[in-house]
Amino acid sequence: MAKKEKNFSRRDFLKTSGIAAGALIGGGVIGGLIGPNAGGTGSSTATVPSGATGGILHLQFFTNNEEFQILMQATERIFPEDELGPGAIRLNVPYFIDRQLAGAYGENSKEYMQPPFYEGERTQGYQSRLRRNEIFRQGLQAMQTEAKNRFNANFVDLEGRQMDEILTAFQEDEIKMKGVSSLFFFRLLRQATLEGAYSDPVYNGNANMDGWRMKGFPGHQAAYINQVDSEKFQEIEPRSLGM
Amino acid sequence: MVTTLEKVDVVTVGVGWTGGIIAAECAKEGLKVVGLERGRERSTEDYSIVHDEYRYAIRYELMQDLSRETITFRNRRNQRALPMRQMGSFLLGEGLGGSGTNWNGQNWRFLPYDFQIKTMTEEKYGKNKLSADYTIQDWGITYDELEPYFTRFEKTAGISGEDTNPFWGKRSEGFPTPPMKKTPILKKFETASTKLGLSPFMMPSANLSEAYENPDGARINACQYCGFCERFGCAYGAKTSPEVTVVPTALNTGNFEVKYNANAVEILKEDDKVTGVRYIDTITFEEFIQPAEVVVLTSYIMNNAKLLMVSDIGEQYDPETGRGTLGKNYGYQILPSATGFFDEQMNTFMGAGALGMTVDDFNGDNFDHSDLDFIHGASLSITQTGLRPILHNPIPPDTPSWGADFKKASIHNFTRTLNITGQGASMPFKENYMSLDGTYKDIYGVPLLQLTYNFTDQDRALHAHLTQRAGEIMQEMGAKTVVGGNPISDYDIVPYQTTHNTGGTIMGTNRDDSVVNNYLQHWDAENLFVVGAGNFAHNGGYNPTGTVGALAYRCAEGIIKYSKDGGALA
Ligand SMILES: Cc1cc2nc3c(=O)[nH]c(=O)nc-3n(C[C@H](O)[C@H](O)[C@H](O)COP(=O)(O)OP(=O)(O)OC[C@H]3O[C@@H](n4cnc5c(N)ncnc54)[C@H](O)[C@@H]3O)c2cc1C
Ligand code: SF4
Repeated sequence: MAKKEKNFSRRDFLKTSGIAAGALIGGGVIGGLIGPNAGGTGSSTATVPSGATGGILHLQFFTNNEEFQILMQATERIFPEDELGPGAIRLNVPYFIDRQLAGAYGENSKEYMQPPFYEGERTQGYQSRLRRNEIFRQGLQAMQTEAKNRFNANFVDLEGRQMDEILTAFQEDEIKMKGVSSLFFFRLLRQATLEGAYSDPVYNGNANMDGWRMKGFPGHQAAYINQVDSEKFQEIEPRSLGM
Repeated sequence: MVTTLEKVDVVTVGVGWTGGIIAAECAKEGLKVVGLERGRERSTEDYSIVHDEYRYAIRYELMQDLSRETITFRNRRNQRALPMRQMGSFLLGEGLGGSGTNWNGQNWRFLPYDFQIKTMTEEKYGKNKLSADYTIQDWGITYDELEPYFTRFEKTAGISGEDTNPFWGKRSEGFPTPPMKKTPILKKFETASTKLGLSPFMMPSANLSEAYENPDGARINACQYCGFCERFGCAYGAKTSPEVTVVPTALNTGNFEVKYNANAVEILKEDDKVTGVRYIDTITFEEFIQPAEVVVLTSYIMNNAKLLMVSDIGEQYDPETGRGTLGKNYGYQILPSATGFFDEQMNTFMGAGALGMTVDDFNGDNFDHSDLDFIHGASLSITQTGLRPILHNPIPPDTPSWGADFKKASIHNFTRTLNITGQGASMPFKENYMSLDGTYKDIYGVPLLQLTYNFTDQDRALHAHLTQRAGEIMQEMGAKTVVGGNPISDYDIVPYQTTHNTGGTIMGTNRDDSVVNNYLQHWDAENLFVVGAGNFAHNGGYNPTGTVGALAYRCAEGIIKYSKDGGALA
């Protein structure tokens, strides 16, 4: 049963992510590469490591530390620190998201936000009257409420596996939110986390270009004309536009 | 208060590929041309800090501002159409160059079969191969008639390629520039597909293999394989786009002027002729009328159709009765695909928008459909466009979509995954069409265009068959795991698929089944021309712009002829 739910959410996500999924055509499933599924590790909460810059004085959208701490922990569960390198917190992803929420992204400046608003079908996309920054604020508060209800504790004090349980409930659309579905919020959160991990450091995430470094992506290079027909994989020190 | 401006010979609505071509050709002939462009001016200098995935590929820096205008969408007639509030499935262009600024540059000529699809399908498979609900029709022009115009566009653009594909139409000339570099990733595809008995060839590309001067004297530089191509502008002036070719050509004549921040809202018509265009300055909201001898709609398929609808020119298509032609035969692109997961790391982040190899063995009627429940097919290509890390997080089946395992798998596979993708043909269906929305309006008070669209059984069958073929090639390429694209169900406007929208202002041989004749001249107003992929009666198994460019050259010839002699051209 649990397995089935996981499959559902993966497929549901994939449908809207453009990543290929579907029937295995041939070959075997990769063995050894991937360990047990996320959520089963039970590792304890990530702490804010040294190296993360900021503090509440650096915030542009969030106004209180509690919400921001929830954002930190949630993004870290989505993109955790591991032997490959830093997770969302050390990559400065929460600050990236904070700044984005304070600007055009958070305000939906380039989107059609005129009424009337109706719920619509899945294939019709975003139909909420809420702006993204309102959805984030509400979503983070709902995560806190859920932590209190389920575990009688603050979200940030939960075990990793408990946080994952709550995030999964959002992803499975089991949490009631106002004017938007919890699945929609979860997708925003997940996508914003990846954006913060991998966008150019000029946006304040991807600290030290470590997101790129882990992924083997060299960032902004002028050209690959001299390497593109090389048979060998090229390891290239990444460059930021801001350098 | 409306200000009426001085009359000109030709006004185009929009200055992207089609508007730029019309402007260049007419201005060279001495006609005075004004281009109304709702977006802003831009050029290569604006692309010097363009290697920024977040700004350009995710936040759509170069695309249409949807807070001003969008479309509404529903899958079927009994559903409530709702606005596309965010861009997703396709990306609408805005600003000088239109989507020609941020396109990949994969440049194709539709197959001879495409232009005579109804005749050829019936000849070979009988009248009932597809049900009558699929409204396929011949285009009113043949490949051979269009061939000189294909050549014109390819010479303007300097297309890089090789004429070794046994399946495409006969070419009167070779490609203006040699093919791009055949990288190790492309060679994998070449070896595998050759082994399978297929005929791989280098994809025709508007990222040029070498510097080139076109017949108008415009210079296009050599592609640097920078990997930030589609959705981006080219920092090197190496991706052929309107701003580096037809727009300067038109401006150099002294006969062309672009009015920026000029959003057309109505085509003015008196009796059986149009008189000009009403537009709104997007900064001041002042209204202007630009009178012209000839009006040309070059504002991409959506707004070409919308402007005709709001101006009440032509008869709106009604799916209930089948009457009317405006908005009819909306088509899209079906995208079969296979992903291969490999052991070895590859330079997947290097590339160019049109760097690829293709097989056409399963495109058009190049294979026998007698025992298949669909017609047409897809070109199948491997492309090395330069993968970027936000959008590209490949994970094998049964990997969670977030958390520790996701992170490991998506990082591991970033440089170990390849895709074969098909540009699949899309057949028109009586329920797929465009009309005006009754509820939602744009910021200028004009109703939004409404899109009613869903995939059909033909699409699903084509997708399933071509996905298998793509998977076979990928397997032969040595992928450890091959995953086929999800079977398609309902069309979903959220995930990006492709900006290859077609139909709505289709061309043909008579007014009963088309909006324009084969010079793209409107049946109901001889001095009105409508050009773009909206003219396609169905979508073929390739990207559209090579064929759109050919139609634009054909249209320009028609306008020049009309300006001299007047009257209906066909
Ligand atoms: C990311 C991407 C990749 C692509 N890659 C390929 C590819 O590899 N190969 C291929 O063949 N095709 C590709 N395409 C499609 C290609 O870009 C289009 O086919 C082509 O640009 C169409 O030219 P057009 O002149 O019809 O429209 P556009 O180039 O879109 O130009 C239309 C112009 O009209 C303006 N306009 C619209 N409405 C109004 C109005 N009311 N008033 C004033 N101005 C208006 C717009 O601002 C725009 O500048 C791609 C598209 C995208 C988005
Ligand atoms: S890949 Fe080539 S054509 Fe494309 S943007 Fe880079 S340099 Fe220009």
